[in-house]
Amino acid sequence: MSFSLSINGGQRIVKSSEPGETLLEYVRSIGFTGAKEGCAEGECGACSVLWIEEKDENSRLRAIPSCLVPLAAAANREIYTVDALADQGRLCQAQRAIVEEGGSQCGYCTPGFVVSLFAAQSDRKDGSAALEALSGNLCRCTGYRPIRAAAQRLPLLGEDHFLIRRLASPPPRLGPLSWSSGSERFLRPTRLETLWEMAARSPEGRWAAGMTDLSVERNLRFQRSPCWISLEGIPELRRFRDGAQGIEIGAGLSLRELEERLGEIRNPPPGLQEWFPHFASPLIRNRASLGGNLATASPVGDAAPLLLVLDARLVLLSREESREVSLSAFFLGYRKTALRPGELIVSIRIPKPYPSIVRFYKVAKRQSDDITIVSLGAALDLGPARRVRLLRLAFGGVADRPLRLKAAEEALMDQPWELPAIERARLVLQESLSPIDDHRGSAAYRLAVAQNLLEKFHWQTRFLPN
Amino acid sequence: MANPLPAELSPIGRALPHESAFDHVTGRACYTDDQAVRLRGLLHAWPVQSPHAHARIRRIGREEALAQPGVVDLLTGADVPGRNDTSSGTFDEPLLPVQEVFFHGQPVAWVLGESREAARRGAATVPVEYEPMKSLVDLEEAIEAQSWLCGPFRLARGDFPSAWKASPLRAQGSLSVGGQEHFYLETQAALAWEDANGGLIVQSSTQHPSEVQEIIARVLGIPRNLVSVECPRMGGAFGGKEVQGAPYAAIAALGCRRTGRPVRVQLPRVLDMVLTGKRHPFLGKFQVGFTPEGNLLALKVDLYADGGWSLDLSAGVLWRALLHLDNAYWIPAIEAVGFVCRTHKTSQTAFRGFGGPQGVALIEEILTRIAQALDLPPSLVRKRNLYRTGQTTPYGQEVREAQSMRALWDMLHKQACYVEREQEIVKDNQADPHRKRGLAITPVKFGISFTRACLNQAGASVLLYRDGSVQVHHGGTEMGQGLQTKIRQIAAFSLGLPIESIRVMTTRTDQIPNTSPTAASSGCDLNGAAVAEACQRLLERLRPLAAELLTCPAALVRFWDGQVFSEEEMTRTLPFVQLVEEAHLRCIPLFSQGFYRTPGLSFDLETGHGHPFAYFAIGAAVSEVEVDGFTGEYRIRAVDILHDVGRSVNPLIDRGQVEGGFFQGLGWITCEELVWDREGRLRTANASTYKLPSWSELPPRFEVRFFSGSSESSAIGGSKAVGEPPLLLALSVREALKAAIAAFGPGSVDLGFPATPEQVYWAIQRVRRRSAPGRSTPQACSAAGSPP
Repeated sequence: MSFSLSINGGQRIVKSSEPGETLLEYVRSIGFTGAKEGCAEGECGACSVLWIEEKDENSRLRAIPSCLVPLAAAANREIYTVDALADQGRLCQAQRAIVEEGGSQCGYCTPGFVVSLFAAQSDRKDGSAALEALSGNLCRCTGYRPIRAAAQRLPLLGEDHFLIRRLASPPPRLGPLSWSSGSERFLRPTRLETLWEMAARSPEGRWAAGMTDLSVERNLRFQRSPCWISLEGIPELRRFRDGAQGIEIGAGLSLRELEERLGEIRNPPPGLQEWFPHFASPLIRNRASLGGNLATASPVGDAAPLLLVLDARLVLLSREESREVSLSAFFLGYRKTALRPGELIVSIRIPKPYPSIVRFYKVAKRQSDDITIVSLGAALDLGPARRVRLLRLAFGGVADRPLRLKAAEEALMDQPWELPAIERARLVLQESLSPIDDHRGSAAYRLAVAQNLLEKFHWQTRFLPN
Repeated sequence: MANPLPAELSPIGRALPHESAFDHVTGRACYTDDQAVRLRGLLHAWPVQSPHAHARIRRIGREEALAQPGVVDLLTGADVPGRNDTSSGTFDEPLLPVQEVFFHGQPVAWVLGESREAARRGAATVPVEYEPMKSLVDLEEAIEAQSWLCGPFRLARGDFPSAWKASPLRAQGSLSVGGQEHFYLETQAALAWEDANGGLIVQSSTQHPSEVQEIIARVLGIPRNLVSVECPRMGGAFGGKEVQGAPYAAIAALGCRRTGRPVRVQLPRVLDMVLTGKRHPFLGKFQVGFTPEGNLLALKVDLYADGGWSLDLSAGVLWRALLHLDNAYWIPAIEAVGFVCRTHKTSQTAFRGFGGPQGVALIEEILTRIAQALDLPPSLVRKRNLYRTGQTTPYGQEVREAQSMRALWDMLHKQACYVEREQEIVKDNQADPHRKRGLAITPVKFGISFTRACLNQAGASVLLYRDGSVQVHHGGTEMGQGLQTKIRQIAAFSLGLPIESIRVMTTRTDQIPNTSPTAASSGCDLNGAAVAEACQRLLERLRPLAAELLTCPAALVRFWDGQVFSEEEMTRTLPFVQLVEEAHLRCIPLFSQGFYRTPGLSFDLETGHGHPFAYFAIGAAVSEVEVDGFTGEYRIRAVDILHDVGRSVNPLIDRGQVEGGFFQGLGWITCEELVWDREGRLRTANASTYKLPSWSELPPRFEVRFFSGSSESSAIGGSKAVGEPPLLLALSVREALKAAIAAFGPGSVDLGFPATPEQVYWAIQRVRRRSAPGRSTPQACSAAGSPP
């Protein structure tokens, strides 16, 4: 049993691996030590590598946090590390800009920055868009100013780099995989039929999508699931459709793909485009999926509050049946969902018509790329006389699960969208929320902020037209 | 250095990129663990950790782990052949504790395995029996219990009690200052293997290779000449690798010695955060007397540092905190007493600023409280208190930079348009009830030199090869601060050679012995001077020969850009490489050594008086923030810094130090929060719970300028140390936050530390309540941190 992957242009055959081994550990073990481990949980970006992904049959370059990729999940992938980016000894533009601006001090995070910048350039991003692409890379030395200067002066990438020329050829195909290393197995079917068979044969198996969350469990808490069943090869989970009833988002699409798809349709649901940067860094968004985020059912997950107020519904599939549940009925408790054994999320449906105003607020210790202390998703339609015609409120971080606050919504229905009504709704929140104390924030702060976010939402929408 | 040639061509003063920048961006720069892949038969180490903050060890089982597949050895205290201690001379840090554990997660044994996974699995099987003991985790409880690691240290001038009594106005209060995790991107790392002759080679990510060598020799019970320690470069250190790299190097060395195989230790991030020391949390209590104009008259301070389980460098840290209580301000009468408290936490250690930031945070807090009590602008109160020419610090050192500081202050005030912006902010703040901006300016005066006098020495050796290429060895280490780049410039300048001819070697104890740590911002001052001296000596050897070949007096011989010529006949040149070859033929040695010690330092620990610093580095910063009243969230809108780096050896590198230092300080005062629970477990022990400042904290406007009107420094080429001082400038952000909070309501601002959005929110709530009708006005707030 073996699988192959391509690293910096060389074909590699993997015949065995350690349980828990990541793509990062593997590339370093074969001598490509440019990629570094800084945190092992996708927070710092020092481990970033590039790989080639398929989009509409074409090749796209994506920057990937390699510490969050189990080695087997890289099977059949075509991967490039920083070590290969200088084309025949000539620095690429991203590298040169960082050198000249003084963008490296200790240099440990630098390979990650180069990779992220290169990926941004390959997407024809420059200026502020290139800057956003760096938001998942931490630097402890420079204070980022010189790296910002480097990013801002980067020209759009020409065709003269071998990796850009490479993108003209088709992407590698993810084949089926059945891999085991010690006590850990990794299965990657490419058809639904095989998926059900594998699941039946391995009832201990756990679904795995982008594994941005599961890999943290694996790296930091050494969770060695006896069997991962990867959903990455299943085409049914990667569809995207915009129809008269609404949009349907394949549960396995990366957030990055989703962001791109939404950019391509007319009238996407409001609130989503602004939400992506709150969700996670671009590195994580290249791997994380909506299905994965919802299935982990974290009380501070950032997809749920927004999708709850968009009234999203989930299409769940098992070997036996397909069913649809509303997202608000999906979360049953702390990290507990309505998923039955053997069932998975195929897609997320967001029904039309969309509310006219949708906002997502997230409060964390750090402004970007941090875990939520409290979040609020809010959707609003105002009727005649600026009375509330539709209001949906959903919170993260105030209960054991993401919570739609119907009591507060009802208190405001048909009321004038004015401060006195908000004050009444604050009282409802006061009574119905019971957040916890932890290292992120105190219960008192969470409760106060949950109420204040509602008031802030009002403050920011008080002059908007109906 | 008497090279009279055009300054713009000089290798010194040029904004050259970091000498490793090419290797950084291509991934070729080699760090300790990057070499592991090249070693055959490598073993990996994983610790067995204590689940208690304080406990007696009853028994450690051996057999279970050794029976695991892939496990090769188990290291316990019983296996240490030499002295079981990794301290830097205080002998209170067992490498592998035998009787007692002192903090949660402390390693009691290490397992060596064929893979990291095998070692980790093996470690999980080691049975250890503990008898839990009472633990002290909280600093205030430790003070209550008088649990001292050292102290009292005293610093005094004048007669505080009478000055306090005579003061027309008085205030008192306290401030808790938080700790900080170094979060060097490269965690602690070491790699040990045997050389061909019975010795050990240890690669260590350390700021202090000589001490690592000393400790390995101590632990193994062998002479130091059997141990060579090399630091290739570090992926950041910030003080965290000044002493705390040693235990991991010692584990690798011990494992290698026992098994004969290379051993690798690289801590995963979580282990690094749980095991290694941090910036000291401090508690400062103060009584201050002042005039109606806001001038300081009398100050009494009780300072408590949370030292963690062992002494480490805490005594020095506490001293530096005491010596920086004045920051840039004249305090006529002062009485300060400091203690380092023992708690059952990681052993807190050096961190960029080394106690200085904590001391300065306290005096800045005091000045803002005085300003708010008097309803005066804090910037005015600060300015009134700045040192004047002729005044001395509380420890008796003259502040020669006083005039420069005042000039710098005024210049920055103007450059940053302080007055205009302040007026505009007042207007805008009135217009928006939920969003307030704040502006503040703070200064820094930072003493340069190790307070432990014997550390202010450095050695270097310069090897010249017959092709004219040069190797430079010195005792300093590269952690990203650009030391090697500056050394290269200094050597090129001193030898009159192009930069490309100079290669600065990795730091090795078998090249330069008995070195000092690269710390206290002094790396370039000390090692640069030693390298310059070695270069001078080499040239002095070559000069007579050059004079002979050029037929000119030796005093007129000049070396420049690889050419040698007479100052009187600059067109007739002799290629340096030709001179070198001739020197070799005439048996003139082509290598030399240099040594430097900082002159004129003295400090009496008993009296707290003396001249501990070669000079002061000075600077100031203006910061502007905007605060959201709904949540306490804020963003930094603009930062303007004016800093004195003297005659910069490399402005690109110095700018990087100023920006990076400021930003690291910004993290300390804003989002970086260490949370320990009652059991002594660090709850914020990874990157997703402990937040470094990120892109979102980078202000849209971040201006750094160098101050040009400074007094001459005695350091190499008139440059000034720049590693630590800018970190303290971040306190301007904390003061700007207070200014913004003050716009939400009346009275003084009581802001917790670090100023997380939650702390800012509660501070806003406290001032809002005062403006709410029918509520009482709280006068003195205790340490902030809890909801009102």
